[in-house]
This record gives sequence, structure tokens and C-alpha cells, in this order.
Amino acid sequence: MSNPWPNHSPSPVAELAVPSPDDPVLADAAAGWRSAYVHIPFCRRRCPYCDFAVVAGDEWARRSDDPTDRYVDAVVGEIAMEEPWGPLDAVNLGGGTPTALSADQLGRVLDAVAERFGIAPGAEVSIEANPEDWDQNAWADLVAIGFTRVSLGVQSFDPVVLAALGRSHHPKMAAAAVAGARRVGLGSVSLDLIYGSEAETPASWAATVATALRLDPDHLSGYALTVERGTELSRRVGAGLAAAPDPDHQADAYELLLAAATAAGLVHYEVSNFATPGHPCRYNMATWAQGEYLGFGLGAHGHGSGVRTRNLRRLDAYLDAVEQGRRPRAGAETQPAWGREQERLILGLRRRAGVVAGAIGDTLERSHKGRRLTAAGVLARHHDRLVVARPLLTDEVSRAVLSLSADDC
Amino acid sequence: MTDLARIRNFCIIAHIDHGKSTLADRFLQLTGAVAERDMRHQLLDTMDLERERGITIKANAVRLDYTATNGARYALNLIDTPGHVDFSYEVSRSLAAAEGAILVVDATQGIEAQTLANAYLAIENGLDIIPVVNKIDLPAAEPDQVADQIVGVIGGSGDDVLRVSAKTGAGVPELLEAIVARLPAPTADVTGPLRALVFDSYYDPYRGVVCHVRVVDGTLARGDQILYMATAETATADEVGTLTPSPSPGGRLGAGEVGYVISGIKEIDLIRVGDTITHAGRGAVTALAGYREPKPMVFSGLFPTEGDDFERLREALEKLRLNDSALVYQAETSRALGFGFRCGFLGLLHMEIVRERLEREYDLDLVATAPSVEYRANLTEGSVLDVRSPQDLPDPVRLTSVSEPMVRVMILTPTEFVGTVMELVRLRRGEMGDMTYLGPERVELHYRIPLAEVVFDFFDQLKSRTRGYASLDYEPSGYQEADLVKVEILLNGTPVDAFSTIVHRSRAFNYGRAMVDRLRQLIPRQLFDIPVQAAIGPRVIARETIKAKRKDVIAKCYGGDITRKRKLLEKQKAGKRRMKMVGNVEVPQEAFISALRIDE
Ligand SMILES: Nc1nc2c(ncn2[C@@H]2O[C@H](COP(=O)(O)OP(=O)(O)OP(=O)(O)O)[C@@H](O)[C@H]2O)c(=O)[nH]1
Ligand SMILES: C[S@@+](CC[C@H](N)C(=O)[O-])C[C@H]1O[C@@H](n2cnc3c(N)ncnc32)[C@H](O)[C@@H]1O
Ligand code: SF4
Ligand SMILES: [Mg+2]
Repeated sequence: MSNPWPNHSPSPVAELAVPSPDDPVLADAAAGWRSAYVHIPFCRRRCPYCDFAVVAGDEWARRSDDPTDRYVDAVVGEIAMEEPWGPLDAVNLGGGTPTALSADQLGRVLDAVAERFGIAPGAEVSIEANPEDWDQNAWADLVAIGFTRVSLGVQSFDPVVLAALGRSHHPKMAAAAVAGARRVGLGSVSLDLIYGSEAETPASWAATVATALRLDPDHLSGYALTVERGTELSRRVGAGLAAAPDPDHQADAYELLLAAATAAGLVHYEVSNFATPGHPCRYNMATWAQGEYLGFGLGAHGHGSGVRTRNLRRLDAYLDAVEQGRRPRAGAETQPAWGREQERLILGLRRRAGVVAGAIGDTLERSHKGRRLTAAGVLARHHDRLVVARPLLTDEVSRAVLSLSADDC
Repeated sequence: MTDLARIRNFCIIAHIDHGKSTLADRFLQLTGAVAERDMRHQLLDTMDLERERGITIKANAVRLDYTATNGARYALNLIDTPGHVDFSYEVSRSLAAAEGAILVVDATQGIEAQTLANAYLAIENGLDIIPVVNKIDLPAAEPDQVADQIVGVIGGSGDDVLRVSAKTGAGVPELLEAIVARLPAPTADVTGPLRALVFDSYYDPYRGVVCHVRVVDGTLARGDQILYMATAETATADEVGTLTPSPSPGGRLGAGEVGYVISGIKEIDLIRVGDTITHAGRGAVTALAGYREPKPMVFSGLFPTEGDDFERLREALEKLRLNDSALVYQAETSRALGFGFRCGFLGLLHMEIVRERLEREYDLDLVATAPSVEYRANLTEGSVLDVRSPQDLPDPVRLTSVSEPMVRVMILTPTEFVGTVMELVRLRRGEMGDMTYLGPERVELHYRIPLAEVVFDFFDQLKSRTRGYASLDYEPSGYQEADLVKVEILLNGTPVDAFSTIVHRSRAFNYGRAMVDRLRQLIPRQLFDIPVQAAIGPRVIARETIKAKRKDVIAKCYGGDITRKRKLLEKQKAGKRRMKMVGNVEVPQEAFISALRIDE
């Protein structure tokens, strides 16, 4: 299969007719891309809805031994333990808040990655950042050490919603960060938005979407607020202090976003993601294509040779393991062939490009649930591919895939 | 084998919760039948359901060895009975195995409806009664007033009424003495042909059918060839013994004694409660009187959630019926629910207990349809049709009229609530009957009311309107024509027979409205809009729509954590399993249970 993002081309955008982010050929090619994820867990404080592997500032900043240097050392050490593989088409530093580290520290991480695996010319080298961390000099350094893309945790442009989400930045900071990122030369700018929080009204969401689109982002993620177990939000909902997000309101918000983003020229290419041609997130594309990726750092996940791995989630345990020369693994799961096929469909169907049906897809279509989903206009076939025509109902399809058994094929 | 003169057979009868089982505990303790360390509250209530609900469901027989103060040893066969009106059939069966009854009355409650009903039953059966006022330890106890009430009902003098506390044991030794002194020994033809009454039975997976018997004449011994007279089945008595309370295989039961017999029978339909056991070949000529078949009051369909379980349900019903002879059933087919059984019960509690026992003891998952009484359709061509299920009601054009079963209701209440009771009865289409004062503060009211108005929530309403003070008892009283209609519930245009019902026209709208509202809440949103309608024939009387589901996706960034997402989906999928397909609509099993719990 042809790879529209050839690893060694200096600028794929310049040399190829740039495929649309929802192009099936592009979607499938992503299975062959090589990517790496590095988790940077540090955040000032934990947002009430967040259940990522986070080390919150109020837990470490006051400690005399700032753990960030030790952490960077550990990540570099963990990278050195991995077999050579590469060069990489996408590197993603996520969090937590990677911009909590200094450019110097981030540089050490990227250098270690580049040294061990190589980073292909023209590769996507992305970092997640919080708007309040915008800093002219620091971000100019990000470009200098090799970052090409930034994903900004904007969440909302409504100060009331931001406050309700427990975010510390002001909407103006987000606009400044976008402009600044472009100025310092980050070639691809993405915004994350969250919809469906209690404080949000249809009007405030419409305004947030309009403001986001006016900033002309290359990429936009719109996430439905999810109540995750163990979070402060979940406790509040459980205690009746906060309302659980209303799925109908979230559906309204989603539809508004879809219409507005599409009208603004962004292409919807995955349930929650939009991009202009040339700017879909390659690391995520690889994930949905069931591609392989390396995962480093606290709680990071990796995928290679049919095995999905996950790292330790407690900072001390992670640091101790690496410092004692052990892989900081919390577990690994080898999937049987059938499980992999189910997963291929579940992941692939999140994309607007859909997925090659194969025998399992045929079985799905023939099944009782599959026929119901087709009749309801949720599941559709385009030649050899299955697509979810109503992305908001994707999990109905996923569960139908999971209830298939290998013997039905 | 015990000398007849040294046997006393008696039941403990009372209104619900007046302390029968607790009193039995004291008897077990005082006679040393149960070691101190094995003692627990209401020891004879062994079923999980009895312990959870704190009520007796099954009558329980136990033999006690009692040495009286005169030094003589007696065998006391006690049967603890349930107090709830739904289980009165258990009481009447027990009475036939005894010569005496201890009538227990709660000293704080006084006489209630089942006190009267059960006392009359005992009198009709020719039993001698020892009246007992219980719970005298409670500060609110009024033993003297309550003793007067009892005398007013069964006669005698206040001195005949014993005062006890089943909780503290006070007065119980005196009660044991009174049993020996005041209750008659059984009379029997000791040497005549064997006649033993089967008053209860159950199925033991290893031993087959176990019969509880009262030997009326003759002797039953291990190894005897016995004949079950109703089914003409012969078998060998493999094990014969008494219940102490655990089975104690003594090998012999003489005339007048109560115990059990196991004869290796696995074919359940060969055994009937009420049957007479005699000896094969040299047996008795006439069987004992047996029991009147109980008359089921409510009917409901029971369907397995998994269609494959139909045969298992049939077996379970057969086995359960051995232990619950008030249960009747016949196969039925439902458009919505497939193959199942239409079952008849003595009341809603009985229905609930049967369903729970089937689920727990036989590991079944069941759906029950809306309970209904038995109507009579008078057809234009002149015949009469029994209608146990709304499905069976013919088209209106074929009907001249429909009649409904009536009951004679007796309500006991403090006089201050007479007005509110009358109001309730009026709402339930009842006709006033007599009114009798049982002293200045208590009154006995009689009404004739449609059974359908009584059987569902009348009792709860009565209790809440009288702050718990009124009680009720009822018995069948013929049929009466009424303006009855069938309300059908349609899901996505398809009638769901499980939710359909026959009601008085004045109630049709409320039923339809309540049902439609409940179903809208109970049925999860699906891929398409689902209209939920209530209709009388072609006329829709209530309508709601379950809006199509719009969002069902985890629209969040999970990074590379694919395993976690998959697990979440698996969990959601598992949660969807207890669903029943009705047409193209997925209906949670819960909905069948909850939707039918309709209150005012
Ligand atoms: N204080 C006090 N409580 C009693 C006494 N006897 C029974 N109780 C309580 O009354 C309640 C009902 O007692 P049970 O023995 O279960 O009554 P029952 O008549 O067997 O009830 P059913 O079998 O359901 O009809 C329980 O909570 C007992 O603890 C008593 O003498 N004094
Ligand atoms: C890896 S997270 C963290 C990035 C960055 N630290 C931040 O918070 O902006 C990436 C995105 O996931 C989204 N997110 C996090 N928790 C969420 C939740 N409970 N429900 C929906 N979206 C969530 C937010 O939009 C966030 O920007
Ligand atoms: S800043 Fe982002 S990663 Fe950190 S706690 Fe908040 S949501 Fe979680
Ligand atoms: Mg009891």
C-alpha cells in the first residue's frame, strides 16, 4: 500500500497532492507509520474531570527535591532500554502538561528519542500545552529543539465554563497562545475543546466554537465531557452536587460543532477530530489504524507485535523500576487473532474513512444487530469498507462487534 | 410408638406477626428439641425468603418430647402456620392434622382479621382452642382488654386466656402444661388398616418426594408396601420418621402421630397433598376426606427470559407444586414472550413468593405478566367463557357482557376509621354489608367488592389510611356483570400481551396513562423512536414516545489506552444481556416487573 507520508521526504505537503484527512487510503496507510508517545505527568493541579496519569503540582512543587529532573532521566533511561525501531513518523509528548518541563528538559527527551530511533524528516513532532504556559522564548525554543506541532488545551472560550471546569487560564490567553505558537513557527496548531459541562449553555458553546474557528486552527478536537471514575467530578455527581452531562445536550453540541467546523473548511475525520488537509494528527491516525507505537513514561501505553503494554502509574514505582534497570511495566496483554480483528474494526470505525470490512465486517453486517444498525442508518457499506454514518452512535456498533464470535465467520 | 393418650397434635394460628414462630422457638427451647447454641430467631422459618422477609410462608411441623409436671412424657406435634391471608390454605391443611389450636393474639394489636378468620377455621374443623395473649412484655400491652375481645369471639371465660411473652418466655411453661391438660389426645383405630393423611410434601433431589403425614389409623413402618390411594401408586416406605425439627428416621409412626415418609418416588405427579396413604393389598377401603382444592384468586403468566428454559420451568413448577399445593398452572403462549405458563395464585404475595422461589431454588430468570383475576365472558351465542388472561377475552362484537369475580370482605378497624374505610370501599366499587361492634372501640365491617379492586393494593391503601390499625380478610362471593374493557399496551405499534389488562372502564385511562409513563422510563432509548400507546380496541387513550438515542460514543481522548476502552465496552455489553426482544424493541426484564407495580 502506498504511503502518502513518505518517511524521508522533507515536506510531504509540498511534494504530494495532499490527501484529505478522511481519505481511506491515508487512513489505512497510517497502520504502517511508526510513532512514539512520551508521557509527561506534571500539572499545576489536577482538573476535577481528569483521570490521566498526573502528578499534580500541589503534590510535588513544594518538595525540596523537584522530581522533574529525575523523571526526565528515567524517561531517557527507559528509552535506552527499548529495541531500536524507526525512524519515527510521529512523536507525541502528552500529559499531564509537557510544557511544565523546561525547554532544556524537553530537549533531552527528544534527543534521546532521536538518538535511539531516529526521527524521519518531515515527521510530526507534537507537544500538548496549556494556554497559560504560553511564553515567547520558551516556545521559540520548542521549535528549535524540533517540535512541529502543538495541541492546546483550550477547552472553552467562556470564562464561566473554564472556571467550572477548574481551569486556571483566561480565554484571552488561549487566543494569545495560538497566535504566539504560529509566530514562533510551530507549523501545525491544534485546539482541544470540551463540551457538555454543566456551566455551558447552547449559546456559550456556539460562541466557543465560533471563536475557535476564527483562530483558524489546523486541527480541532472536540471532546464530550466524560465523568470518569475516581475523579472529583464523579464524586460530585455521585453526591448530587453536580449534574451528569446530558447526552442530548452533548449531541446538540456535537452537531453544532460538526456543522460549524465543516463550514469553516475543516474536515471531520474521526468521531472527535477535525483537520485541514495535511494536518490530521499522525500519532492518533496510527492508533486508529491499529498501528504499532512505543510508549514511554508514567502510565504510558505501547503496542507492538500483537502485544499491548502499559506502564506503572505511580511515580515512585516508575522511577524505582527504571533506576534499578527494569522496564517499568505494569502489564502486557497478548491478543488472540479474533480479538485483534474485533479491535481493528472498533478502532477503524471511529474514522470517517471507516475500515476494510474483511470477513468479520461481513459477519457484522449479516448479524441480527448489524442488520438493525444498517436499518437505522448507523452502519453503512462503501465497496469493501464499512463506515459508521452516524458517528455519535459508534459505540452501538462497537458493542455489536464485540458480541460477534469467531465461529460466526 | 407413642401411646395415644400421650400425644397432642396442635397448630399455632394467628394474624400475621402476632408471634407464632417466636412462640414455637420457646417450645423448642423448653423441650430441649434444639441445643442452646443452635437456637436462632424463628428457627422454623428455614427458607431464605422467610428469613429475609421475617414472615412464615410455609407451615412447619415439628415433634417435641415434653415431660409434664406430673412426670409423664408426651409427644407434642406442633405445626407453626403462616399468618398472611395469601397462605391461609397452609393453615387449613395444618388444621386437618391436629386436634387443637393455640390462637395467639398480640397484646398490643388485639384481634385482627386473620385472628377471626383462623379462629373460625379452627372451630369449623372441630379443634379445641387455647387462646393466648402474647407480647405481654411490651409497655403498650393491654392483656385484659385483648382477653375480653377473644372471649367475645370464641366464648369461654377470661380465665381461660393465657398470657405469655414469646420473647421472654414468660407464661410459656404454663402454656405447655395447658396443652397437655386442655387439648384432647387423638382418637384413632390403632389396630385398624393404615390411613395416613399427606398434609405437605416437597421434592428432595436425592431422595425424591418426601411426604409429611398424619397417621390417622393404624401404623406406618419402614419397609411397608404402601399405596397412594388417589393415584393408586404403590411403593415401599424406605424411610419413616419424625421431624425434630430435622428428620429423625425412627422407622415407625403409630396412630395419632405426625411425621414423614420417603418412598423413593421421583415422578412428582404421583403424589398429591391431601391424598391418603394406606397399605398395599391389606389397605383401607375409604380414603380420608382430603382437602378442598384452593381457589386461585389471581393469574399471571410466567415466562423464562431464555426461551430454552421452558422445559426447566415446567419441571420447576411440578416440583414446587409439591411444596405449594395452592399453585396451579397451565401452558400458555404469548406473542411478546413466547412459551410460558399461566399460573394461578392465592394473592399477590403468593405470586411474588412463587416467582422468587422459582428463580432462586431452580435457578431460572423469569418475566411475569400483569396479574389478572378470572373474568367470565358471556358470549352472544349463549356460552360462557372463563378468561384468565386478557388475551383470552373475545372481540367485543362476540360479547353480550363480562362478569367479574366478587369477594365478601371483612374489615376490622378501630371505630375512628370507619369513615375513611367506607370512602376507600366506595372508590373500589364496594357495596356495604353489615357492621358489628366488637366492643366500644372496634368494629367489624362487611362489604362485597370486586376481587380485582381488592387483590392488588387495597390492603396497602387500607393500612395507610388507618395508620396500620385495620386488617382485612376476604372470601369468594360469586360473579357480577360490570363495564369491563381490555386495555392494550402497544410498543412501536405491536400489542404487548404481557402488559395488557382487563379493567373497569372507569380505571382504563389511569391504567393506560400509568403504564405508558412507566414504560417510557423503564425502556432504554434505542436506535429509533418508539411510540408507547395504551388503547381500548382501536382507540388510543394514552401515548408517549421513547425518543431515539442520539449519543452513544466515548467522545474523549484515550491516548493509546485501547485495552481500557475495550473493557468499558465489554462491561456495557454485559449490562445489556437481561433484555427481552419484543417485536424489534429491546425491553429490560426489569421493566416487566417494575411496570406492573402500579399504585394509585
Ligand atoms: N416484644 C415482643 N416481641 C415479640 C414477641 N413475640 C414475637 N415478637 C416479635 O414480633 C415479630 C413477629 O414475630 P413472629 O414470631 O415472626 O410472628 P409470626 O406470627 O410467626 O408471623 P407470620 O408467621 O409471618 O405470620 C418479631 O419481630 C418478633 O420478635 C413477644 O412476646 N414480645
Ligand atoms: C491528554 S489530555 C491533557 C492535555 C492538557 N493537559 C490539558 O488538559 O489541556 C487531552 C485532552 O483530553 C480532554 N479531556 C481530558 N479529560 C477529559 C474528560 N474527562 N472528558 C472529556 N475530555 C477530556 C481535554 O480536552 C484535554 O485537552
Ligand atoms: S491539565 Fe490536563 S492533564 Fe493536567 S490535570 Fe488538567 S486535564 Fe488533566
Ligand atoms: Mg411465623
